Amino acid sequence: MWEYSETVKEHYKNPKNVGSIENADAIGEAGALACGDALKLYLKIENDIVVDAKFQTFGCGSAVASSSMLTEMIIGKPLEEVKKITNKDIIERLGGLPPEKTHCSVMGREALEDALKNYYGYEVGESKTDKVICNCYSVTESVIKEAIEHGAKTLKDVMEATYAGSACGRCKDSIQKIIDSMVDNNETKEELTPIQFAIKINSALEEKIAPELAKDSGGIELVDIKGKNIYVKLKGTCKGCPNSKATLTSFVEKKLKELIDNDINVFEAQE
Amino acid sequence: MRTVYLDNNATTMVDPIVVETMLPYFKEKYGNPSSIYEMAHITHDAISEAREKVANFFGANSSKEIIFTSCGSESANMAIRGTLDLCGTKKHIITTKVEHPCVLNTYKELEKKGYKTDYIGVDDNGELNLDELKNLVSKDTALVSIMAANNETGAIYPYEKTAEIVKEINPDTKVFVDAVQAAGKIKLDVKNTKVDLMGISGHKFHAPKGIGALYIKSGTMISPIITGGHQERALRAGTENVPYIVGMGCAAELAQNNLDYEGNEVKRLRNMLEEGILSNIKNARLNSRTKLRVPNTTNIGFEYIEGELILLHLDELGICASSGSACTSGSLEPSHVLRAMKTPFTSLHGSIRFSLSRFTKEEDIKYVTDTMPALIKKLAKISPFQKELSNIL
Repeated sequence: MWEYSETVKEHYKNPKNVGSIENADAIGEAGALACGDALKLYLKIENDIVVDAKFQTFGCGSAVASSSMLTEMIIGKPLEEVKKITNKDIIERLGGLPPEKTHCSVMGREALEDALKNYYGYEVGESKTDKVICNCYSVTESVIKEAIEHGAKTLKDVMEATYAGSACGRCKDSIQKIIDSMVDNNETKEELTPIQFAIKINSALEEKIAPELAKDSGGIELVDIKGKNIYVKLKGTCKGCPNSKATLTSFVEKKLKELIDNDINVFEAQE
Repeated sequence: MRTVYLDNNATTMVDPIVVETMLPYFKEKYGNPSSIYEMAHITHDAISEAREKVANFFGANSSKEIIFTSCGSESANMAIRGTLDLCGTKKHIITTKVEHPCVLNTYKELEKKGYKTDYIGVDDNGELNLDELKNLVSKDTALVSIMAANNETGAIYPYEKTAEIVKEINPDTKVFVDAVQAAGKIKLDVKNTKVDLMGISGHKFHAPKGIGALYIKSGTMISPIITGGHQERALRAGTENVPYIVGMGCAAELAQNNLDYEGNEVKRLRNMLEEGILSNIKNARLNSRTKLRVPNTTNIGFEYIEGELILLHLDELGICASSGSACTSGSLEPSHVLRAMKTPFTSLHGSIRFSLSRFTKEEDIKYVTDTMPALIKKLAKISPFQKELSNIL
């Protein structure tokens, strides 16, 4: 079970400001039923001050506590201050949240942003040009790119350097895509010697491609390299398989292009 | 505050009689069963007696077919890995989508080693698709693993029939049954089936945690995963955990004697709980309607309310229940079992499992059915789906 702070417990046991506001000046929504989290936030605003706030949440204990705390934080506050509230502020006021539950506080911030957008008719708050990749830890694309520029090469490296992806993990795919785009670009910039190129091709075949083919009891062997043309021999069930041409172009060639060089062509070596 | 423990599929209270039976083996009867003197004979004989009792519990032909392990997960690992070690080039293994992680994650590990896996689905009542199985078994199939009863829904799976189907297509394919959630709830009669291996765990039927057993049909060969001394016919090395083995033997005997009580009284209380909740709480829906269910389990989804919130509030009332499998409580993914059953999203995230035991009292059930309607009503007020709820409530 999760370790919840006393404040979190108090707020899920007796949540404050539950309900809706009739004729609300702004309504914000975040999450969805299918995901297991959904929040609706209602605001009453007078003279640019939030005079009342109510919420309805479908979610776990920490989601209810985060929503409840958010309403407490904004009631009586001028919009200028309310705009600046981040999910970290909510976590702080709650006396902490388990890392896996950080997204609950993010949902609060998202509903608030949505409500303000609804009120002003346009996006408010931080500029959206730097995309937030990891919602749990509010890690933006530029922070992840910076970590990669400073030497992070794998998902694990980026997670260690930025915390991105290390809570709920929903953004791991997005992080991997950023890594793939950057790490590949960096490496293809260097001109490889023919020997380095051959070694890279061979290890990619052995480590990345052969294990996939082995799942269907197939195999692959490097025969020759001429320039960017790679000649291979298919083995096991792949040999003589009617789909072998497709295997070569849509899997082996695609994978090698992805991993090493976009100009690579793969051919089946003649007996 | 009173405590109402309705999470017996997670673990059970150790029966006080079991504790008493174990105690001498911590104190004066501590000899190593492999030694030669009288003190060792005492523990050696105690293990033999426990093995007899556990063999009876399985409905095995002989106590030689029983190996003691440390838990249900070890039994599953031993059965699966131990079988495949001797299967040579056969690289195809089958199981279901609703297994316990001890089987599912073992299969995932084996995939990495080149095994081809297939997972049989279930329908929305949680019943297995046996036609799918028929189409999957081939001459290359080394092993089929299937659970006897599901931990989350209590659905009983036709493992006897499964074994027959498998053996008819390929007599060499081994069949392992994870009977952890069936043991002590329904009668096991393994000798009259074509099952090769069957695993159980002591703490699910009032023995302590840390003891399990594996039935290996006479003539079935597996290789050990723990090697060392000659204990357990050299299939599971390590000095025998005598007090726990004795405890499991005692618990098995008690459980067997209580099978009628489980099938009648525990079932009556389970039905009382189920009816009490379903008839008084409008947004409650039963997740497994299958007729074949173990007598102690019910899984109920509360629409538009999230399960953890319900559990936390039940805890405030002293009621212990669970949301899906305890093993999945560390992850944020909803139950793989309920998803395989295509449980609608409206109640998937709000599904609560109640599991009773022979120690559950009628007043416990009354307390739950008395307090839950008000609790669910209170929690429903927090939900943003007021319009949807007002259509049901």
